[in-house]
Amino acid sequence: MQFAEVIENVLAGERISDEEFLMLEAQADLHQLGFLADSIRKRKHPQKVVTYVIDRNINYTDICISACKFCAFFKGPEEKDGYLLTFDELGEKIEETKALGGTQILLQGGLHPGQPLEYYEEMLTFMKSRGIHIHGFSPPEIHHFSELSGQPVPVVIERLIAAGLDSIPGGGAEILTDRVRNLTAPRKCSADQWISIMEESHRQGLRSSATMMFGHVETSEDRLEHLRRLRELQDRSGGFTAFIPWPFQPQNTVLADLEKTTAVGYLRMLALSRIYLDNFDNIQASWVTQGPKVAQLSLSFGANDFGSTMIEENVVAAAGISFRLSEQEIRRLVSDAGYTPAQRLMDYTLLA
Amino acid sequence: MIEKISLYSKSRVNNPAFYFTVENYIVKAGLGSILDKVKAEERLSFDDGLVLYNSNDILALGYLANLVRNRMNADNAYFIYNQHINYSNICTNLCKFCAFGREKGADLAYEMSVEQVKEKVRDRLAEPITEIHMVGGIHPDLPFDYYLELLRGIKEVKSELHIQAFTCVEIAHLSDLVGKSIEQTLEILIDAGLGSLPGGGAEVFSPRIREITCEKKLPGKDWLEVAKIAHKMGMKSNATMLYGHIETMEERLEHLSALRDAQDETDGFLAFIPLSFHPKNTEMSDLSRTTGIDDLKNVAVGRLFLDNFPHIKAYWVMIGPQMAQIALSFGADDMDGTVKEEVITHMAGADTDQAIGSTTLVRLIKEAGRVPVQRDTLYNVIETHN
Repeated sequence: MQFAEVIENVLAGERISDEEFLMLEAQADLHQLGFLADSIRKRKHPQKVVTYVIDRNINYTDICISACKFCAFFKGPEEKDGYLLTFDELGEKIEETKALGGTQILLQGGLHPGQPLEYYEEMLTFMKSRGIHIHGFSPPEIHHFSELSGQPVPVVIERLIAAGLDSIPGGGAEILTDRVRNLTAPRKCSADQWISIMEESHRQGLRSSATMMFGHVETSEDRLEHLRRLRELQDRSGGFTAFIPWPFQPQNTVLADLEKTTAVGYLRMLALSRIYLDNFDNIQASWVTQGPKVAQLSLSFGANDFGSTMIEENVVAAAGISFRLSEQEIRRLVSDAGYTPAQRLMDYTLLA
Repeated sequence: MIEKISLYSKSRVNNPAFYFTVENYIVKAGLGSILDKVKAEERLSFDDGLVLYNSNDILALGYLANLVRNRMNADNAYFIYNQHINYSNICTNLCKFCAFGREKGADLAYEMSVEQVKEKVRDRLAEPITEIHMVGGIHPDLPFDYYLELLRGIKEVKSELHIQAFTCVEIAHLSDLVGKSIEQTLEILIDAGLGSLPGGGAEVFSPRIREITCEKKLPGKDWLEVAKIAHKMGMKSNATMLYGHIETMEERLEHLSALRDAQDETDGFLAFIPLSFHPKNTEMSDLSRTTGIDDLKNVAVGRLFLDNFPHIKAYWVMIGPQMAQIALSFGADDMDGTVKEEVITHMAGADTDQAIGSTTLVRLIKEAGRVPVQRDTLYNVIETHN
């Protein structure tokens, strides 16, 4: 396989093989990856539109039994200062979000040891009654609810949908290989479980996003395996709306001595994802980890979505990163890059 | 111990088929004639510069600038082990874009004694610093001798330090102060230890901009005159442009044209350093900060237009280490240095650190696929980190 053939294949709109991915990762320079990713992005999104969503992260609890080494957010159940939001607090946050033009809540929390499945059903019913889209409970949480309740995953998903769940965030994927999960997050659901929960939720009609947190202990092959599993599931289910890669933020974590992925490393991985995941419509920039400048540039490296205004964000902030962007600022960055900004919903339909 | 596995590779392929494809794309983007000129090493016209500035195709601009950058500097990315000292922020100019300058007696106004400056140098004698970068305001009453003592004092502490100090604006002020010509003033300063001039104070040369933002500052043509006199005496200097406030694209290009013409005449500029405007705490704080694309555009257009400048610097203090790293693929071949104690940009709300370790610089450069080269002020190689 020659490098030139790989480039021709990509530009001809063909799917790249694993071998080709590894060749690009090892041999292509930043310009080459940018041009290839941008050509795919242009083919998939010929209108020069960059989307964003107005929403708020609500992390209902930071108490978590998973104790992942890359996480700066959680509190162990034995620690005194963990929190669990009350329904009143949830209600207040929803009202604030709606007042700011928000269309959805990204609802995620730690794996709390003490709450039954009924509690989460009530939470959803309560939140849903306020009239907002609930993008909630990543696969590790659903897995956890299943373990605690003794109910099989399909039943848990069915019950959550009945209680008001609208879609599932792609969090907790980290790197979808058991080698990496054993090293960094042994108590979190396995790669197989993550995939099968997503597959089941897609089967039951939920859409979801997919993420990858890279730049810690994984190898090139691990990243490829992650992308391969996502691409295979997307071939089967078509349920993923978007892919969101972001680099591990080491500060305040057990892995704090690892070097943070640089901006060039981020743009390379973003472009490689755009090139490999030919069956994903949307790739999201991560301004929360990269800041506004690099996020704006990522629009030339495969991203067609600016993510969320994140009225509230706690998890990356716990790792010492605190970029803030208003809707107005997002629109300015997008326009300045030569695109038309457009507010969207979770499923990427545009608001009129 | 968990070992981190690199996302990067050292071997990059130069593939003709790919470049053919990219060049087709550049032609389609309307940049074909500029591509031809760049490949033929022809000088770009004013209008070419405007086309580049008005393009949003940052990948195409980056590709073009990278051709020139690689031709002039191969894979080298330079940095310096330096120390910044801002001896005083007391200033009679009080430019509207500046958050650093203060009237004498105002809050936060300061001036260092010669002894304090020496102490700052002494504090860091253990470090392999090769350059002191020293600028300040236009002080209303410090005597000429103070400036000579600053230079002599630093040299007393460590004689081998190169002192890059006093912008052309300060030099013109010192010349007034001592009542001698620019050339005579520079001779005295060189004798006291001055090694080269930094590029500050250029802002945007346009009289329109200067009248609105810094009417008391040395006019652009005089700034250039001071630089050229220094060059003709054998001294090197840098050149900057403060972008991202109220200047037009034409004004940016007039600025670059004036620098290019001066360089044709004297060949004394080492590097062009585009400086992004930081509005916070200035009288222009209602303006937005520059975007990533504008930052890269100024690096790329600078590289393409200033064909007679050996180096283009991505100053990490201004645009952040992340953008400076990316800029190494968009025309820049220098990231400035370790800096420490940068005050001017930080008073304008820069959220970058005030110092960066040389190991971090080396890592950023390597991960950008370049070769880190520690240099001295005049771009002599001190160490190549292969």
